[in-house]
Amino acid sequence: MRIPPKYTQMFAVTLLAGATLVTLAVLLFIIVFVLQKGLPVMSVKFLFTNPQEMGRAGGIFPTLVGSVLLPLLAILIAMPLGIGTAVYLTEYTRETWVTKVIRFGTDCLAGIPSIIFGLFGFIFFVVMLGMGWSLMSGGLTLAIMILPTIIRTSEEAIRAVPHSFREVSFSLGATRWETVMKVVLPNALPGIVTGLMLGIGRCISETAAVIFTAGSSLRLPQSGFDSVRTMAVHFYILAREGLSNENAYGTAAVLIIAVLLTNLVAYWLMHRFIARRTK
Amino acid sequence: MKFNREKGVERLLLLVALSAIASLALIAVFILKEGIPFMLKVGPGNFLLSSDWQPDAGKFGIYPMIVASLWVTLGAMLIGAPLGVAGAIFLNEFVPRSVMRIIKPTIELLAGIPSVVFGFIGVVVLAPLIRSHLGGPGLSVLAGSVVLGIMVLPTVISISTDAISAVPNTYREGALALGATRWQAVHMVVLKAARSGIVASIILAMGRAVGETMAVIMVAGNAVKVPHSALDSVRTLTANIALEMGYATGMHRQALFATGVVLLVVIMILNSIATAAVRRPIGGKGNTKK
Repeated sequence: MRIPPKYTQMFAVTLLAGATLVTLAVLLFIIVFVLQKGLPVMSVKFLFTNPQEMGRAGGIFPTLVGSVLLPLLAILIAMPLGIGTAVYLTEYTRETWVTKVIRFGTDCLAGIPSIIFGLFGFIFFVVMLGMGWSLMSGGLTLAIMILPTIIRTSEEAIRAVPHSFREVSFSLGATRWETVMKVVLPNALPGIVTGLMLGIGRCISETAAVIFTAGSSLRLPQSGFDSVRTMAVHFYILAREGLSNENAYGTAAVLIIAVLLTNLVAYWLMHRFIARRTK
Repeated sequence: MKFNREKGVERLLLLVALSAIASLALIAVFILKEGIPFMLKVGPGNFLLSSDWQPDAGKFGIYPMIVASLWVTLGAMLIGAPLGVAGAIFLNEFVPRSVMRIIKPTIELLAGIPSVVFGFIGVVVLAPLIRSHLGGPGLSVLAGSVVLGIMVLPTVISISTDAISAVPNTYREGALALGATRWQAVHMVVLKAARSGIVASIILAMGRAVGETMAVIMVAGNAVKVPHSALDSVRTLTANIALEMGYATGMHRQALFATGVVLLVVIMILNSIATAAVRRPIGGKGNTKK
């Protein structure tokens, strides 16, 4: 017996729609679940007071500071490297073996799991360079981790700047570098910032690479060579050691809100960028 | 004067551009430098195929962790691959563009949720469900697979979507003109053309699942033994590194770096396969169009 194609189609589309709904439902469930349990705990006091008894009570202030400082440091290091690489790849060379090698390196780096970055950061920055568990070690490790994201998004953004812009600039007598600084980069800026925001988002949610490089001290850092604990690490420790479920949910809620906001800003910028380009 | 500045900038930019490959080289050198001498000392066979992991007694066999990583990853793919590919097909072919423009970014936000949060949800929601309905400790291969399967969904969906939307519309129109239904056009023409991209998305997702650490530590139970069923507690390669790195010294620390070497090799192989799959032109062998 042959089933009419019309029914096969109905069956297939129902299955596909079901799978998509499951995916969306799981996403919404996770966010709603965490916010529902965490939002009641979250308050100005929770955000801005120090934790007590290893986080069993009190707030999360030092980890909030850690989650701001560490991604900021990482982005400050990765930004010039990432954008510089993208400018070099798009404006200064044709496709040669050098660009192939650079692209290969970027792709490989993007595939390396965060625990390997943690191992490397630990043996190189923490032990060999003697930086100890610190803001610096963590920032440098995370900078390497997010470098591929920044290179790729910057490259795409720069390539999207129309060629005629550059030609006009050259015809006015500008050098290549002047063209890059005054014409190409300003026009590619929203796209580049999207990459930076995605990088910050990844740093905020990272745990494995942070815990072995930045450590987990609950004190406020006095210098770049002090250990910090980020919210993600704090949440991991609270949840795993069963210190306080209530504070764990609170931290998770702050963490999720921070990451979602960062990513939303990134998508909003990208959307604006694309809208402007297609105008 | 001006000419010199331009040259200087170009050289400086080349140096900057080499930062990614230099970092990669540094990472490889340092992980290998710590791990390889250890492997040679213990013997690769002993290290990879022995089930005895007792760092205090100088016994370093990671066979159970290799099997655990394999099981958990395959389990994750059984869940993540069909769900993700189905989602990508549905969003591309059966949903209006305007709706897709809202749903796709929403799903990509799923990628932004920290892995520790996925792990925690696995512990407080999923593990108790498994414990009470299927038995066992709850924290298990199954729990790990489900959590990882969900975590890789954004990877599968976004790369598969790119592959499917890259299939030229003329392919679909040709099939529809021959009297095929929408679904027949999709599964007989579009999916065949997008096959390599879809395969790449699944392999990249496998790489992510093998490398995922924090979520797996929380939900897989971490017992060092070769699993006999999906309900057994297991410790993956990544979990082994992360759990013991905090206090390991000497040989023990080297053993963890050697575990990292194994992980790195597996992931490099998976990523190379994925890259090779993507490079194949749409339409496979018969398509000579550049």
